[in-house]
Amino acid sequence: MPKIESEKGLSWKRRTTKKQLLIWLGWLIGVSIIVFAWQLISEKTVWFFVQDAPRQAADIGVRMVPPKWSYTSKLIKPVWDTINIATIGTMIAIIIAVPVAFLAARNTTPHKIFRVAALFIIVSSRSVNSLIWALMLVFILGPGIVAGTIAIGLRSIGFCAKLLYEAIEEIDHSQVEAVEATGAKTSQKILFGIIPQVLPTIAGVAVYRWDINIRESTILGLVGAGGIGLQLNGSINTLAWTQVSMILIIIFITVLISEWVSAKIRYAII
Amino acid sequence: MNSETSLIKYPRHWRKPPFIKSSKLRWAIIMGALIYLFAAFGSMEIDVERFIKGIPRGKRFFDSFFPPNFADHRGVVWDGILESVWMAIISTVAGIALSVPIGLGAARNLAPLWVYLSCRGVIAGSRTFPEIILAIFAVKLFGFGPFAGFIALSIGTIGFFAKLLAEDIENMNEEQAEAIKATGASWFQWINYAIQPQVMPRMIGLSVYRLDINFRESAVVGIVGGGGIGATLNTAFARYEFDTAAAILVVIIVIVMSLEYVSGYLRKWVQ
Repeated sequence: MPKIESEKGLSWKRRTTKKQLLIWLGWLIGVSIIVFAWQLISEKTVWFFVQDAPRQAADIGVRMVPPKWSYTSKLIKPVWDTINIATIGTMIAIIIAVPVAFLAARNTTPHKIFRVAALFIIVSSRSVNSLIWALMLVFILGPGIVAGTIAIGLRSIGFCAKLLYEAIEEIDHSQVEAVEATGAKTSQKILFGIIPQVLPTIAGVAVYRWDINIRESTILGLVGAGGIGLQLNGSINTLAWTQVSMILIIIFITVLISEWVSAKIRYAII
Repeated sequence: MNSETSLIKYPRHWRKPPFIKSSKLRWAIIMGALIYLFAAFGSMEIDVERFIKGIPRGKRFFDSFFPPNFADHRGVVWDGILESVWMAIISTVAGIALSVPIGLGAARNLAPLWVYLSCRGVIAGSRTFPEIILAIFAVKLFGFGPFAGFIALSIGTIGFFAKLLAEDIENMNEEQAEAIKATGASWFQWINYAIQPQVMPRMIGLSVYRLDINFRESAVVGIVGGGGIGATLNTAFARYEFDTAAAILVVIIVIVMSLEYVSGYLRKWVQ
C-alpha cells in the first residue's frame, strides 16, 4: 500500500497514482463506447414511434383481454407438435452427441485429430441459434415439423456433447483400470468402465436440454418450422390480439410444466 | 464337505446391472417411450416418397450456400455486425444498470417482503418469454430497428442478471455484513462495503457472459425486425442470396467463437 509523506505526516492511499489513472482511463473508454453505441442506435430510431409506445402498449393491452378461451381447442395440436419437436430433437441430439463426446474427451479420443474435429462440431453447433438453423432448414427441407426437429437436434448436439465430454474427462479412473485388469478390449472398457459412470449424466443432460428445447421450439414457428409459434406468428400478423394472449398463456403453462417435469426427473436421477 | 459346496450353483455368466433397478418401472418407461414415439412419428406426417424426391432439391439449395460470398454485400454485412455489437453492448449495460436495484430488492436478506415479492415478480415476468417474443412486441411498440432489439435484450438481461445477483446476495457471508453494520454504517455504506465486494467478482464474470449471450441473441432478434446482423441475414435469405447468407453465418460463428474464448478467459482472470 503506497504511503504519502506530507507536512501533516504519513498517510496512506489505496492505489498508486499510476494505477488510479489507469482505472480512470478504463472508465473513460467504457463510457465513451457506451455513448458512441447509444448515438448510433438513436440515429436509427424513429423517436416519434418511441414516444407513441406507451399509448400503443396500452392499446394492445386492452385488446389482449379477455383471452379467447375458445381458441384453446385449436391449440392442442400445435402444443403436441411443439412437444414432439423438443423431444425427438433432443433424442437425435443425444444419439449424435454421445459418440462426439467420446471423441472429444481427452481420455477416450482415439487420436488428436478426432478430438479437434469433435470440438469443432461442438462449437459450430453451439454458435448458431436454433432459429437460424430452422431458417436454413426451412429453405432446404420445406416448412414443417421436420425442419424444426432437425434444427433443435443440430443446436442441441454441441450443448449435450460439451457437458458429456467434461463428465467423461472427470470419471474415476480406478474403475476403468479394474476393468482393464480383467483383460478387456477398448470397446469393453468403454462399455463396462466408462458408460456406467456417465449414464446418470447422460440422462440428466438429456432432461435438462429437453426443458430448454421446449422453450426454443415454441418460437421456431416464427420462421415456419412448425409448433405453436406458427399460430403465434399468424395471430400477430392478423392482429388477433385475444388469440395472441391465449397463445402466450398456453406457452407459459407448457414451459412451467416442462420445467417441473424436468426438475422432478433430474431429482429422481441424482 | 466338498460335495456340499459343489451343490450350490453359481451363475456362470455375469450381466451388467440395469440402470433402473425396479424391473416394473423399467418396462413401464420403455413401453411408455415406445407408445409415445409411435404417436409422435404418426402425427408428424412424414411422406417418405416426397422426402426422397426432395433430396436433390435440398442438395441444390445446400450447394448454393457454397462458396460463401463475402464480397458482394460487404458494406451491408459490416453495418449489420457493427449494429449487433453496439446493440449487445448497450443492452448489456442498460440491463445490468436496471438489474442492480431489482436484484437488491429480490434478495430476501436485504428487502422487506413486499419489495421482495414485487422484484421477484419482475424477474419471473422477464424470464418467462424468450427474447424473440419480447422482440416481437418491442417491434410492435417501437417500430423496426435496433431500438426494439435493444429493449428486448435489456429485458432479457434483467431476468438473467437480477436473478443471479439476488441469489448471490442471499448466499453471501453474513459475518462480513454484520461487521460493517457494527461500525455504524448507513444502508448505502453497508451495501457498498459489505455486499458489493463479496458479489463483484462473480458479477463481472456474469456480465461478460451476458454480453456474449446478447450478441448471439442480437443475431436472431433481427429476424422479427429488431435490427442487427439478424436483419441482414433475414434479407439475404428472403432474396435467395444463399452465398451471402452463408458468409454472414460464417462471420457470426467466428465472432461467437472468439467471444466465447475471450469471455472464458476474462472470467478465469477475474475469479
